[in-house]
Amino acid sequence: MDRRQFLSLKKNNLIDEDVKPKVERRTNTGLAKYSGTWTKAEAAHLLRRTLVGPKVSEINAFASKTLSQAVDSLLDTSGYSFLPPVNNYQNQTPDTAVAYGSTWVNAPLNVNLEGSRKVSLKSWLWSLPARQKTTIMEKMIVFWHNHMPVQIQDIPLASLAYFYVKALNDYALGNFKTMVKQITVDPAMLYYLNGRLNTKNAPDENYSRELQELFTLGKGPNSKYTEDDVKAAARVLTGFNINFTTTPFSTGFSAFNHDTTNKTFSSFYSNKTITGKTGVTAGSLELDDLLGMIFSVDEVSKHICRKLYRYFVYYEIDANSEANVIEPLAKIFRDNNYEIKPVLKSLLESEHFYDQWNRACVIKDPLTHQAGLVRQWEMAFPTSTDYETNYQIYAVGSYFGQITQMNLGDPPSVSGWEAWYQMPLYHRIWLNSDSLPKRNQFQDYLMSIGHKVKTFTFMVDPWIVTKQFSDPKNVNTLILEACDFLLPLQLSNAQIGALKEILLPGGIPDYNWSDEYRAATDAGDPNHTTSLATATTKLRNLYRNIMNLSEYQLS
Amino acid sequence: MFFKSAAAVSMLPMSLNGMSLRTYGKESLFGVLGKRGISNEKVLVIIQLNGGNDGLNMLVPLDQYTNLSKARTNILLDEKKVLSLNGTTKTGLHPKMTGLQNMFNNGLVNVIQGIGYPQPNFSHFRATDIWMSASDSDKFVTTGWMGRYLDKRYTNYPKAYPNSTMPDPVAIQIGSLVSLNFMGPSVSMGMAISDPTSFYNLVDGNTGSTGTTPKDLELAYIRELTQQTNQYTKVVKDAAGKGKNLSAKYGTGNNLADQLKIVAKLISGGLKTPVYMVSLGGFDTHSAQVDNTDTAVGTHATLMQKLSDGISAFQDDLKLLGISERVVGMTFSEFGRRIQSNASGGTDHGAAAPLIVFGEAVQPGIIGNSPIIPSSTTVNDNVPMQFDFRQVYASVLQDWLEVPSSDVKTLMNGADYNTLPIFKSNPMGIEDVADMMTQIEISGVWPNPATDFVKVEFVSDGGGKLSLSVYNPLGQRVYHTDPKEYGVGRFEIEIDLRDMRKGNYVVQLNASKKSVSRMLLVK
Repeated sequence: MDRRQFLSLKKNNLIDEDVKPKVERRTNTGLAKYSGTWTKAEAAHLLRRTLVGPKVSEINAFASKTLSQAVDSLLDTSGYSFLPPVNNYQNQTPDTAVAYGSTWVNAPLNVNLEGSRKVSLKSWLWSLPARQKTTIMEKMIVFWHNHMPVQIQDIPLASLAYFYVKALNDYALGNFKTMVKQITVDPAMLYYLNGRLNTKNAPDENYSRELQELFTLGKGPNSKYTEDDVKAAARVLTGFNINFTTTPFSTGFSAFNHDTTNKTFSSFYSNKTITGKTGVTAGSLELDDLLGMIFSVDEVSKHICRKLYRYFVYYEIDANSEANVIEPLAKIFRDNNYEIKPVLKSLLESEHFYDQWNRACVIKDPLTHQAGLVRQWEMAFPTSTDYETNYQIYAVGSYFGQITQMNLGDPPSVSGWEAWYQMPLYHRIWLNSDSLPKRNQFQDYLMSIGHKVKTFTFMVDPWIVTKQFSDPKNVNTLILEACDFLLPLQLSNAQIGALKEILLPGGIPDYNWSDEYRAATDAGDPNHTTSLATATTKLRNLYRNIMNLSEYQLS
Repeated sequence: MFFKSAAAVSMLPMSLNGMSLRTYGKESLFGVLGKRGISNEKVLVIIQLNGGNDGLNMLVPLDQYTNLSKARTNILLDEKKVLSLNGTTKTGLHPKMTGLQNMFNNGLVNVIQGIGYPQPNFSHFRATDIWMSASDSDKFVTTGWMGRYLDKRYTNYPKAYPNSTMPDPVAIQIGSLVSLNFMGPSVSMGMAISDPTSFYNLVDGNTGSTGTTPKDLELAYIRELTQQTNQYTKVVKDAAGKGKNLSAKYGTGNNLADQLKIVAKLISGGLKTPVYMVSLGGFDTHSAQVDNTDTAVGTHATLMQKLSDGISAFQDDLKLLGISERVVGMTFSEFGRRIQSNASGGTDHGAAAPLIVFGEAVQPGIIGNSPIIPSSTTVNDNVPMQFDFRQVYASVLQDWLEVPSSDVKTLMNGADYNTLPIFKSNPMGIEDVADMMTQIEISGVWPNPATDFVKVEFVSDGGGKLSLSVYNPLGQRVYHTDPKEYGVGRFEIEIDLRDMRKGNYVVQLNASKKSVSRMLLVK
């Protein structure tokens, strides 16, 4: 069902007659710095969009910062560490080159182990957001992974796929132009889009096309590069290949395979000519010229800003948002020579970002949903040296992502995930009659059943979060704070009343919960054991029911 | 003897040694059972009374009225207003329960006195869990009794469901949540109709979100999807569309009646769902449970009226819809309330209480005796159990839902519970009749009051196994002998009271389907 059908269906049954197929945006807010109230609600909004599953303590801490402090702190990656994936597979597929618990990313190719290493890599990739620190880094890695993807299954070496992720991490909050250059010649990308096969005698246009169509200019109406431009850019990129003599493999360049003739582009690029060069640096120098030419077109900055907007704000961009947000944001991007941080800072501090109009309207991607659940409940992982069990848990997260449409590390195509580009449904694509029940199943599973790996049970302990609320023995504040914590928008009184029924069925007085809570949290109480069991079950039921609300799928 | 006289009186209620019951002659008995196969169409409707229903104010022990009037000075119902029940003078109904009175007098109600369990818990939460899981009070069971039943009946749920033989939800809870009652060994067997944003909406056809901001539109999308996603939404909607309500008695402002109305509609619309659960809250009447000027009105009276009106409208509807022979309903509440009322005109958490089972399939009458009300009560005095609530469950499973007795034991967490003659389908066998006719009696309790030891003398006619129990004022069973055959004669048991604190105790002699009690004052 497309969006039009969906809305016309609504029109008959659900929504008043005035709904049009397009959302009529009625906000004129732009990039001016937000100057409204700064409370937990705003802090939570910022954190929900920039982390997966913000914790209670993070929301509280951010509520007491200023807006600029809050955003700066998210963008500050100085304390960020990026530990590579390790050998977790020793007990299944012994690795003589790498010890259990050591990283395999610098180990030589071993065809018998690449499968295990890829599983290790994909599990690890899922763990990054699930165990992330309070930084925008992990969201940005996923953003760039979606923007310039490779599919790990297509890369013969796990280590090459790892170094691709490492490159995304290195440049995630750095300079976009530099990142494009690095990714263009990244060995994994040279595999994925055939750059390694692009030679002067047999030009391969695959990467050249995607570079312009997806990675920089996009497909907007003002992106008017020609087929000849694709061919010319392909000739610029001839000669790059994989250097198999290093461990791990690295980027190579064959001057012999490079097309040394001049490459002339269309009027879209002001008929620019890139002078053919020779020698071992020819490829790199001509690539610089090519990117210089592409990045001189304003459409690049707009395309990236639109994608950031769809990722962080909302999927639909109307004329107001284009004029008041995208255009000025793109200018900031260009004025800062394609540095990423100033763009994010401006967007995340803008009145537009905090506009009520733009709150609670992002449908969580599966990773944010699942890794976010694990993180927001502060779920305990096995001891860090038990790599096998830890990675098995990460693999479960990775698997749930896969069956709910987001196979992290293996996006469906070079365009990334449909939900971030495919009009008109966009984010709604994440949810369908198959994936939504599975999301609910994941929630119920970790909240009430738990995943058992050997002797370890990976299960939410509802007390960890409950005890961080201001007054959890007060049933009313408990429910309201739990809802504020778990949901991005306020429930109706009827919904709150229904939730209260879980803790206090049939309208029994509030003090019954207080008594139960006291006894459950006081080891000296004569009813402690019984009350602890009862209250734990009640809390699990409450949280499970809140998470089963449609509202929980929103961010 | 019994059967002959029973056949002769047919539709007349009888009262038998404290057991008031009405029984059908053989013909009509077989008429009900053998007319056509309704085994797979039987429906159980469970009505939860949340908060702890004051049983003494619902089923009033008229034979204890003098003592009751001392214990409940500020809330006592006027004896003259209490509704009489055919066949008994010992017990009457709350004045607002005219609907239920009519049903009782028309042979559609079975009431069981003194339902509880040996070590009552006074916490709403724990007591509710005990009732729903059918666990002992010191055991934690994470599945519900109905969940276990449904899991047994619908093997491999939810994987193999819905299917052509069972296309419908296996259990429906009206409301926003599915309770422990329906929790099976791995998944909940129940479908709440629906979440806090739907059920009535689901049936009425709107989701309640009408805004046009992005968040409203996205939320509406997900809610719509949630409904489409639920594999049972369509069958439930279809049944609600096809189903009817024919009774004009449901009235307005009665949320229990509203829920039962939906149940009747869904059953008549063709849903094959065998179990429904509905609930009525507000029973936690610690204060002001009656009106200052008239004890027959007020909070508890309103609840009694809702319960009575709701059930009788439902039964009327079922009859008009032609589906009444397929449906049986039962109430339960996590506990009863204290014998003595408190100073705020209410009653505090208590122990045992009566339970109502209704429908054409029930054996009409009252099982058990009025609870004994001590002549002088303290705030702690409770109604002790006469029958275990799991005896009611076992009876419902075996005699209504036709579960083999060996499976009943499994579903009851491995324990054997004697069934009670709640249903006509449990035609009392010779043994049962013998048991009910048993002339058991506690013939003496000496000394009384007692301090260190007490001797209990009882009469056994050799009709079956007997056990002797003593309940303390809290309703806790503090003494119990294993059931055994005593043969014919008088027997005496001496009980050590030295560890027992002062108060009104109840000494109970139990046969498998009846019990007799005497008060014991421990000083």
